Amino acid sequence: MIINHPLLGPRDAQEFTYLGDAELLNRPYWLSETALQQFHEYLYLRDNPAGTHRELWFHEQGDRSWLVVTRDTGTHEIQNVELARDVALARRAARTAGETRG
Amino acid sequence: MRYSAFRLIKEALTGHKGWRPQWRDPEPQPHYDYVIIGGGGHGLATAYYLAKEFEAARIAVLEKGWIGGGNVGRNTTIIRSNYLLDGNAPFYEFSLKLWENLEQDLNYNAMVSQRGILNLVHTDAQRDAARRRGNAMILHGSDAELLDPAGVRALYPFLNFDDARFPIKGGLLHRRGGTVRHDAVAWGYARGADMRGVDILQNCEVTGLRIEDGKVLGVDTTRGYISAGKVGVSVAGNSSRVMGLAGMRLPIESHVLQAFVSEGLKPFIPGVITFGAGHFYCSQSDKGGLVFGGDIDMYNSYAQRGNLPVVEDVVESGMALIPALGRARLLRSWGGIMDMSMDGSPFIDKTHIDGLYFNGGWCYGGFKATPAAGYCFAHLLHTDRPHDTAAAYRLDRFMSGHMIDEKGQGAQPNLH
Repeated sequence: MIINHPLLGPRDAQEFTYLGDAELLNRPYWLSETALQQFHEYLYLRDNPAGTHRELWFHEQGDRSWLVVTRDTGTHEIQNVELARDVALARRAARTAGETRG
Repeated sequence: MRYSAFRLIKEALTGHKGWRPQWRDPEPQPHYDYVIIGGGGHGLATAYYLAKEFEAARIAVLEKGWIGGGNVGRNTTIIRSNYLLDGNAPFYEFSLKLWENLEQDLNYNAMVSQRGILNLVHTDAQRDAARRRGNAMILHGSDAELLDPAGVRALYPFLNFDDARFPIKGGLLHRRGGTVRHDAVAWGYARGADMRGVDILQNCEVTGLRIEDGKVLGVDTTRGYISAGKVGVSVAGNSSRVMGLAGMRLPIESHVLQAFVSEGLKPFIPGVITFGAGHFYCSQSDKGGLVFGGDIDMYNSYAQRGNLPVVEDVVESGMALIPALGRARLLRSWGGIMDMSMDGSPFIDKTHIDGLYFNGGWCYGGFKATPAAGYCFAHLLHTDRPHDTAAAYRLDRFMSGHMIDEKGQGAQPNLH
């Protein structure tokens, strides 16, 4: 597999290590009433889809950035690659906007 | 029809005209007491033991393709009982005991061959760990023997003993481990179950689970709706998909594991060898091919095929251990989908839905577990209580903190 790194261009997947579902970016709030249940789901339960999957890859043999790779688990075709930092910042911005509106 | 030497001679003398199909191809009935989803080794074994040991009636096995076409047809055929932890060891010992009597029980030649498994060690620390594991195995009623380098050399003189990076310092030998003709396991269980009245429904994919008021009523399939008293799901790499039909999320990721076979060679490797310094294991099939494998590909996959970097990695490990391997040509490689759980151990448990039961999360160790997984799943389905040897395989063990993590890797499925 070739991962098209947003900063470095196409790189061999061998340069990367794999962590798992990109939902791992959404760590639950530890003081929540239901934190125990939420952390159980966060740590141990997975959607594990057959098809499009957003997942975290780490460019260990490269610039050591975390990427969010959107990939089809049925064909291994890579559809999109983003910097995990961008994804996390966009989520935070969306959440803040939601709270302001709410 | 019972198989025997007498039967074979009789058929040989009469032109082999008396052989019959080993199982029927029945039409689905509108209702079964037990519906097993998944016609692999585990599902067929479950149906067999339900019918034989628990004398249950009206059982169906639903298979989306053909029976034995999943991981029971795609593995490296190794059986063993060399586990360390309390939650695992009694279960795998029970499984090995069932393997030892399997062919007599099924009246089917599964070519069970207890040719021994040798786990090599390359450092003092590994030898200490092997000694500890061996002692745990003996305490749990299995067998283990710690070999020094001379002992290993007597068994396998062709290994790379004096490698500068990973010299061989000995090994833990598990003599009762070995290999089995994997397809024959599926066929033997299918025939045994069919003889006891189990309906094996092939080309029958489950498309939905009907659940009302927290109770399962039946399954929608490509061959129509089938009403069911109890539904047991035993679908290995597709566990998350099928349990997703019931709205459940599992502590499982699906990963692809590749395996390899070389061209046929004269008898060369008498048992099973595992490399302690990398992930590589190798045995020789009765046809002469070297059967070997290594790590999973590390990323989620349902593709039943892997990528070249892992091929290279496995072959490098093989060359480091058995330099003579470089003279053999690779004949075939293939991938199977593993249901990798969060602690590397499986599940045989009820769900929160009444009448829905789950067997899965076997990672890449499901083949050796086939007889006991079938027996224990049948026990759970019939009695609603876990079998004594499988009581630790609960779905809620991550919530309660009772993980069974043989390798101590944590919730990182691709590392187990």
